Parts: sequence; C-alpha cells; structure tokens
Amino acid sequence: MLYGPAPASPAETAGSVPARAVAPVVIFLAFALVPLAAAVAAETYLLSLFTRVMIFAIAALALDLVVGYGALVSFGHAAFVGLGAYAVGILAAHGINEVLVSLPVALAVAAAFAFVTGIVCLRTKGVYFIMITLAFGQMAYFTASSLAPYGGDDGLTIRLRNTLLGLDVLRNERAFYYVAFTCLLGAYLLCRALVASRFGRVFRGARENPTRMEAIGFEVYRYQLAGYVISGALGGLSGFLLANATEFVSPAYMSWQRSGELIIMVIFGGLGTLYGAIIGTAAFLLVEEWLSGLTEHWKVIFGPLLVLVVVFARGGLIGVAERLTRRLRRD
Amino acid sequence: MTEPVLRLDALRKNFGGLVVTDHVTFDVAPGELHAIIGPNGAGKTTLINQISGLLAPDAGRVVFAGRDITALPMHTRAQLGLARSFQITSILPAFSALENVALAVQARTGSSFRFFGRAAREEALNEPAMAALAAVGLADRGDVAAGQLSHGEKRALELAIALAMEPRLLLLDEPMAGTGHEEAERLVAVLRRLKGRFPMVLVEHDMTAVFALADRISVLIYGRIIASGAPDAVRSDPQVIAAYLGDEME
Repeated sequence: MLYGPAPASPAETAGSVPARAVAPVVIFLAFALVPLAAAVAAETYLLSLFTRVMIFAIAALALDLVVGYGALVSFGHAAFVGLGAYAVGILAAHGINEVLVSLPVALAVAAAFAFVTGIVCLRTKGVYFIMITLAFGQMAYFTASSLAPYGGDDGLTIRLRNTLLGLDVLRNERAFYYVAFTCLLGAYLLCRALVASRFGRVFRGARENPTRMEAIGFEVYRYQLAGYVISGALGGLSGFLLANATEFVSPAYMSWQRSGELIIMVIFGGLGTLYGAIIGTAAFLLVEEWLSGLTEHWKVIFGPLLVLVVVFARGGLIGVAERLTRRLRRD
Repeated sequence: MTEPVLRLDALRKNFGGLVVTDHVTFDVAPGELHAIIGPNGAGKTTLINQISGLLAPDAGRVVFAGRDITALPMHTRAQLGLARSFQITSILPAFSALENVALAVQARTGSSFRFFGRAAREEALNEPAMAALAAVGLADRGDVAAGQLSHGEKRALELAIALAMEPRLLLLDEPMAGTGHEEAERLVAVLRRLKGRFPMVLVEHDMTAVFALADRISVLIYGRIIASGAPDAVRSDPQVIAAYLGDEME
C-alpha cells in the first residue's frame, strides 16, 4: 500500500482500539498542561513554541484528511494557510481587526480557493494531482509576492492582533494559546466525526476503489471536492491563527517548501490517523527547534533524520509506537 | 409483448481498428436470465462495460427501463438500478464485508452529504446490508475485512453488493471466475435463488452453470452475436458448435 496504514475501519483496528482511543486524550492533555509547565519553568518561549505547533498541527490535520483518507496528495496545502493569513493581514491593513469578520473571511477565502482549484485538480490522479496542486500553490505564492500594496515580497506587518467583539482576548499569550488549543481540538473532533460519517465513508471508499464506488452509484468527484474544500477551510483556520500569532504575513507562508513540510509532518506522525498528524507536527517543529539551537548547520542533520524516519518507520511515529507496544505485550 | 428491461440497439465499439462490439442488438425481458457466452476476447466484458457505463459506445443505443441511458455516466445508471459485478473482483479491501455492502445501501437511501453521525452504527444501513450478506451465505463474515476473505467469498461479496443496490437489472461479469468447484456450485445455488427476482445478464465461462441457469443464451464471437435463443436451440446450433461450443463441450 502506497499511502501507509489504512484508515480506521472497524474490521482491522479492533485489536488496537485502546491505543488509538488513549493517544489523542494524552496528546490534548499534554497540550493543555503546557502553559502550566511554561509558568513553572518560567520559559515563556515554550508557550509561543507550542502555540506554533498547534497552529501547524491544524494545517497538518487538514492535509491528513485528504492525503490519509482520500489518497489525494496535495502539494499545495500551504496556500490555504497563506490565504487565511493574508485575509487577516489585508483586512487589518484596512483597519478591520474583528475576529467575527476576519475568521469567516479567512475560512471562506481558503475554501473558495480549494473549491475552484479542486474542480480542476480532482480531474487528475496520482502524480498529476501532486503536480497541479503544487502549481496552484505556487500561483498563490507568486500572487502574494506581487501584491505591492500589501508588502509584496517583504510581507505585511499586522499592527494589532484581532479582537473579539472589541475585546483584546488574543493579546494575552496564554489566552491565545488556549484559543489555538480550542481550534485544534475542534478541528480534530470535526475531522474524526467527518471520517466516520456517511460522507467520510464515501470519501474513504473513493480512496480504496473509485470504480467500485461509481458502480454502486456515487459520483466520487463530488465527495472528493467537498473533502478538499473542508480541508482547505481548515488550512485557512490555521492561517488565521498564524497571522495573529506572528503578527505578520508573508508569501513564504505559501511557498512549496511549506507545503512539503506539511506533507513530511503528516508522514512523520503516521498517515490516516489524524492524531498522527498532530504528533508529527510536534515532533517536526520540536526537533527543528532543538537542532537549530545546537548548530547552525542543523539542516544537515535534520534532512537525513527525516529520510531515516520515512524509510525505517513505516506508518510514522505512530507505527513505531504500535509495533513497540505489540512487542512489549507479547513478552 | 412486455417492454424489455434492457435493450441494446445496434451497439458498436472499436478499439482502434479492432471492432470489439459489432452491431450488437440484445434485450433482457423482465425476470429473464439472459446469458452471454463466447470465447476469450469475444468482447463480452466490453459489452458489459458499455451497458454499465464504464465505456461509451461509438454508435448505437442502450435503453434501460424505457429510458435512453447511452449518454449517462456509470453512477447515474447505478442510481437508476443497474448493478454490476466485475470479472476482476472489485471491492473495498480495507472495509469490512458489511461496510462494503452497507455503502451500496447508503448509495440508494438518503444523502451521503451527511457529515456527522457514525455511518457504521446506522441500523437503517446495516440491516439491509446483513440481509444481502445472508442471501449470498456471508452472514457470519460481516466483520471481516473484505481483503481478508477467500476468493470465493469475495465473489459472493460482489454479488451481495449488487443485491444491496436493489437493482432492476443485475449485470454479472463472470461471477464464478477463478472459483473452485465447490465455491462455483455454491454461487450457482445463490444465482438460482435470485433468478426470477431480478432480471440478469450473465457472462460466464462455466457452461454447466450457464445451461443450468439461463432462460436465453446469446453467443458472442468477435464482437458479433452469431446466435441467440433458448439453451437447447443454442446448444444444437451448428454454427455455435463450430465456432465455440465444439471444443468447449468436449
């Protein structure tokens, strides 16, 4: 199987239900306790680091939805994040800082971009799909770079974080952390519900055998497009948070390297599990942070490390963990 | 005369210079089991593909339940009640057998643009799916991943999927392909039970099965129907014996 472990279906995950049920709880508990640890250790950078982790985890989750459950390998997912961020940035440049405006706009812009590009991309398969999503991603990147009124290549500074009904909730780092936490938890629960729903079943079925799905009466394309749009909107959510966290938007948010990193995060954790995307993002960003603290040439270590994980840890970090627990139980 | 469920009107299909469907005219009466036989490469699967909508014919018409469906895509034909099995097993291997069938039920009941609620727990989907599994003798295999089933069971599962669609016509493309003697017998028994309940087009190489089941047989050779009629008439047709049955029956 090219796309890693099969998604949760009752038939084959019956044996590993405990691990799959417990892991997400542990992950979210850990995230919930980070601000506490940061306060105790008096390390405020922990808070911003983990805020960043959660924001990217939302994007990785969005990507896992289409790659892990739909076998639609999108190489342009950073564009959705970037569009969400630019929605916030451009609105802020015009003096609009209200969350109740900027969030819906961020989601709608990303979803609309997913819808329009999806109509074209989803007519292709496999490598062609990868290439065409990459092409659309780059189109968004170059468009952002050429937006002279909004900073062009240099990006755009956001003077004030968004406010909710005029209240400065996002200003406080800890409050912002929990906003991001809530968004990630919401996105995770949403994806989980989606995957198990009627819609999700059709979406997963399309990954398994599109011809069979057509033969029983499903127009696969429509379901894939809907999944792609949902994923795009979640990317927009990530972008909304990212713009507010960094108080800055830049075309770099949409670069193909970013899209590639998102794919690596998802594979790193384990495809088609949702919480694997969160673990993968955390592992990716924390290792990156740690290594870059060690040496200036950290990429020389990071690159081969990624290759090792992909080659030797089939099913990502989750796969490794599952194999370890199985071995331990046997003994 | 009653209106046929399915009628093919001078259907033609070329693959490059090769004529694979050559002015095929063919019909299926309500409740009838119409078998198509012929040597390998005669164009049987190509014909089924044109009926089910996987392939578009170059010329001619496909009329189903009084409606011209020639231009309709496969999923629309399926929605109209055209169910098919595939010569090469086509199932969802990572899904449980029950889920494979429940999806077929889902396709005809209610919207699938429902984003919440666990589909696997919907009794309205699972009950008819279980019934279809039971009809093909897989009642106790519902929880097994479809990919883990034996070959014969997979063939039966394909049949269950088609049944769960509550079809108005069953297109069966070599349902017995690759099965052992015992499994084939079991499938024939299943088909015999279904016979009369659904009109069927049966493509099959197993001549014992075909002559035991069919109400009418059409013989396809090089894309052309050279004979069509009751099993006994076809069996004794000199042209058919010369072209096909001669070496098949020995």
